[in-house]
Amino acid sequence: MALNDRHAEAVAGIVDRVVTRYRRDPTCMVQILREVQEACDWISPEAIDRLQATLGVPRTKIEGVAGFYSFLYLQPRGKYRILFSDNITDRMHGNLTLMERLCSSLWIEPGKVSEDGLVSVDKTSCTGMCDQGPALLVNNLAITRLSEARIDEIAELVRSNTPLAEWPADYFTVEDHIRLPDILLGSQMAPGDALRAAHGRAPSDGLMSSNMRSWREGLPTGLGGPAAMLDEIKRANLRGRGGAGFTTGLKWEACRNAPLKSGQQRFVVCNADEGEPGTFKDRVLLTSYADLVFEGMTAAAYSVGARRGFLYLRGEYRYLLEPLNAVLERRRKEGLLGADILGIPGADFDIEIHLGAGAYVCGEESALIESLEGKRGTPRNRPPFPVTNGYLDQPTIVNNVETFAAAALIALKGGEWYASIGTKHSAGTKVLSVSGDCERPGLYEYPFGVSIRQVLADCGARDTQAVQVSGPSGICVGPAEFDRTIGFEDIPTAGAFTIFDNSRDMFEVARNYVHFFQHESCGFCTPCRVGTALLKNLMDKLHNGCGSPYDFAEIEKMNQLLQSTSHCGLGHTACNPVLDTIEKFRPAYEKRMTRKDFAPAFDLDQALAAARQMTGRDDPGAHIIAEEFGEGSA
Amino acid sequence: MSHTFTLDGKTISFEEGQTIMQAATKAGVFIPHLCYHPEFKPHGSCKLCTVKVNGRQTASCTMRAIAGMVVESDTPEINDERRTLTQMLFVEGNHFCPSCEKSGNCQLQATAYHLGMMSPHFDHFFPDRPVDASHPEVLLDFNRCILCSLCVRASRDVDGKNVFALSGRGIDTHLIVNAKSGQLADTNFTLHDKAAQVCPVGVILKKREGFAVPIGERSYDKQPISATVEAKQEGY
Repeated sequence: MALNDRHAEAVAGIVDRVVTRYRRDPTCMVQILREVQEACDWISPEAIDRLQATLGVPRTKIEGVAGFYSFLYLQPRGKYRILFSDNITDRMHGNLTLMERLCSSLWIEPGKVSEDGLVSVDKTSCTGMCDQGPALLVNNLAITRLSEARIDEIAELVRSNTPLAEWPADYFTVEDHIRLPDILLGSQMAPGDALRAAHGRAPSDGLMSSNMRSWREGLPTGLGGPAAMLDEIKRANLRGRGGAGFTTGLKWEACRNAPLKSGQQRFVVCNADEGEPGTFKDRVLLTSYADLVFEGMTAAAYSVGARRGFLYLRGEYRYLLEPLNAVLERRRKEGLLGADILGIPGADFDIEIHLGAGAYVCGEESALIESLEGKRGTPRNRPPFPVTNGYLDQPTIVNNVETFAAAALIALKGGEWYASIGTKHSAGTKVLSVSGDCERPGLYEYPFGVSIRQVLADCGARDTQAVQVSGPSGICVGPAEFDRTIGFEDIPTAGAFTIFDNSRDMFEVARNYVHFFQHESCGFCTPCRVGTALLKNLMDKLHNGCGSPYDFAEIEKMNQLLQSTSHCGLGHTACNPVLDTIEKFRPAYEKRMTRKDFAPAFDLDQALAAARQMTGRDDPGAHIIAEEFGEGSA
Repeated sequence: MSHTFTLDGKTISFEEGQTIMQAATKAGVFIPHLCYHPEFKPHGSCKLCTVKVNGRQTASCTMRAIAGMVVESDTPEINDERRTLTQMLFVEGNHFCPSCEKSGNCQLQATAYHLGMMSPHFDHFFPDRPVDASHPEVLLDFNRCILCSLCVRASRDVDGKNVFALSGRGIDTHLIVNAKSGQLADTNFTLHDKAAQVCPVGVILKKREGFAVPIGERSYDKQPISATVEAKQEGY
């Protein structure tokens, strides 16, 4: 009893410390829960007791939020919480075998906690290390380049209870792998240059920030700078790099013109929730080009009139938190963040980092905003849109990491320069995250309009069977389409470029993606919540050798329903990988058709397995052969 | 500009700010729904009320009416999708109508009848959802929960108690109650709460009142669910 009291007291102390740092603000719930967990290993009932008391929110709210995110635990998950990245590229590099090896070495089952409470091992969605996988996360820190030897060492470190801080630093090395730089990855911009250039471009009276005007441009003079910056973005014809390709200038202008109610302000949000399997460009941009990203955000703030900004960083990139905070701190010291930036009166802007906690759907901008507000990451009903009713119901722009980096380049060199690169409808360059079957996985930056064939040649891909462009939400192309080009005119992409050679089974690729969508569905709407689960069952049925044309028809029907009735993009695109592979790699499916019309998923003989084991029988009489029941084979 | 739109060819008038669902209901046109309730803020999660607006599908409970819009609702295509959504809800939980106290008063069951659902079609998930019988007055049978969140909204917005919430994610999304024990008995929930009255299915049930009205004489035994709206038209 005394021990329990002492435990509750210790937990309360931790909770109080964290909650105080976040000013007892329930909108920081995800951050608070994450930090409490970092200190306590899980979110215990005692921790929730204290959170409830100190934040003044109901328990249901805390448990509802904690229950939503994959990396927040309402049950103990061990002192070492190991999650194997389970993207298709990790699979291709044998992640499942390595996970089995670790589990058998530690005498545990995947998904369960060891009996001594020391360790748990499970799978997680793509961790963004596709160019150096297979990878895992241990207590949300990434370990790359797994091998049998490394797995054995990890087992030993866990067994000997070695603190994570003492694990070999080499494990946690994440390489940039920049293979082909262009204007962005080749940029040598010194911090502040872009802002100075943007400011310098304004008329001489343009000394005032957008923060100091009324929403109707009430101030007759002094508006040159922000308006000129916005004009450059429009002139550049910059489109969002998150995949959807919305015109950035229009978005910023809509936010700039959105009316503010009393006490409201505008917000700039950088979406660094890079969760699409196969993409890792934002990881590199934030590692080595953070100034460019933050400078782009600051230019955006200057242009729309925002005082606060957030970088929403995916939980998988937890290791980047301290380095990024150091960059922010340096920029504050250099007068590039904070009050009167570069000495411009009223140009006040600062950036906070919010870490996600394992939820792909938070990459959807309205779900991201919900998560920023400390809630479950459920996409909102739209309209209204974030540009008018975003963070805490105030005008907010949400842009991709790469979009802000491009905006910094535009601030520096002007819109016309930028628009001259790429194609008519796709200005500028695109950074591709290349992984899979090729000699040189990594980042390749091209002006828009580059062909798939060119990228394959540059990265050393051979015998390529297929490329999944823009991850499972995107499109799967076969050799007949390799002359198609990257750009909004043809194949738009958020950046993933995953290559499969002739040795790969495209059915299994699609099945992996279907499992991903099922795992990442937020569960809000019926079609996506149940539909992705049904789709997963259908694909598993085929995998288990019980496929028939009936299943094709069911998949087709599910696709139609998901596309037309889902609440957000996740549901709309969840069938894409299956439909693409059915169309383009039909033999991979054909060979799984065991019956002409229908094969049941339920296997009579398999159902008797437990009874056979219990009775110790395995003679022919203990088996049921399906054919005897009149099932005609295909 | 006149405040009207067409719904399946019929002219519907609306007031500024009304959703398609609100305007249609007022005009006596029934659009199937489960998570919508006129007294609460629309949620838009069940998607049963999906309609086609100018050719594009959207939830009619959250979509604001706009003058001149062309809305399709009662078409074979849309009703097929609604039926499939209803089947999905049936297989996701454990819905055994003949043994359920809510039978005949259940919106899910009545909607299935309305849409002509003859079978669950999909394989059942058979989830493991233990019943909470801890409360002296009320039984919670989570097996029938369709995650419409009406109890969540009622408890939060009307009762001011936050007794209910959704936790988990995806297919593991589930209803929770506001108690460290996770039991309803340890909350301040009472039978008089608004949240006790709104469940469209048989999750929140009053104890010791089983079969007060015999099956065969219950709301939807006497008239189909569409009549609840269409009746208004006559008095309108």
